[in-house]
Amino acid sequence: MITLTHFLVVGACIFAIGLYAVIARRNAILVLVGIELMINAAILNLVAFGRYDSTRYGGQAFALFAIVLAAAGVAVALAIILNVYKHYKTINPEDINKLRD
Amino acid sequence: MLVSMRNIARALFLFFIVLFSVAGLYVFALADFVAITQILVYVGGVLVLMLFAFMLSSKTLVDQLQNGASHFFALPVWQSLLIAASFLAILVYASLQFGAHEPTWIVTARESGTAIEPTANTVQQIGVQVMTRYLLPFEIVSVLLMMALIGAAHLTRKEGKL
Repeated sequence: MITLTHFLVVGACIFAIGLYAVIARRNAILVLVGIELMINAAILNLVAFGRYDSTRYGGQAFALFAIVLAAAGVAVALAIILNVYKHYKTINPEDINKLRD
Repeated sequence: MLVSMRNIARALFLFFIVLFSVAGLYVFALADFVAITQILVYVGGVLVLMLFAFMLSSKTLVDQLQNGASHFFALPVWQSLLIAASFLAILVYASLQFGAHEPTWIVTARESGTAIEPTANTVQQIGVQVMTRYLLPFEIVSVLLMMALIGAAHLTRKEGKL
């Protein structure tokens, strides 16, 4: 039997791995992957709690909304990364130091 | 292993495996539709986009990876490991504490039988709820998704010809 605590612990592990990816990697795509991992941990918690709500289905409905938001964010972020790569010829966030052309 | 790998293509394929596993966990949490959406959206869309971006920008990336001098936020690996591990410890402690004292609405849901049963028709229920109770968030999310896609297309457009 998988209880709520197990889901919470797994979500915590995924969140910590994503946090490590965000602060330790120097590749913008992998930083984005870390953000996605953190969003996935949040969605896992939503789904695990939403199990106890069969009248409103709040957890699952908002998990779907969160997935859509994450997909939109990834689309915009990858467009920005490609633009930055065209401009700077690198995707190391350390080297990107100008806000204007 | 996903986040510490040098080869980014391999890391992205490990991310693929992680997404599939999380979809399996959703199935265990009795959320079939969310699991299917996860596979469709993430594996079908996001991961392909990421691989695409990686392959478009991988020319100088290999040289970048060889000389590992600079870090994002200027944090070396051990410091970020420390931060992530302490965060993990706090979260695990909190969730264990939470498991010891469950809030009352979960207990009442378990006792009165309103928790989702494995035989429940979740897809139909989600459809009904999204079209009635969550109609406003649904519309907002759809408009925001359209804005994001138009913005992405605008950002990647060739400059100069309007």
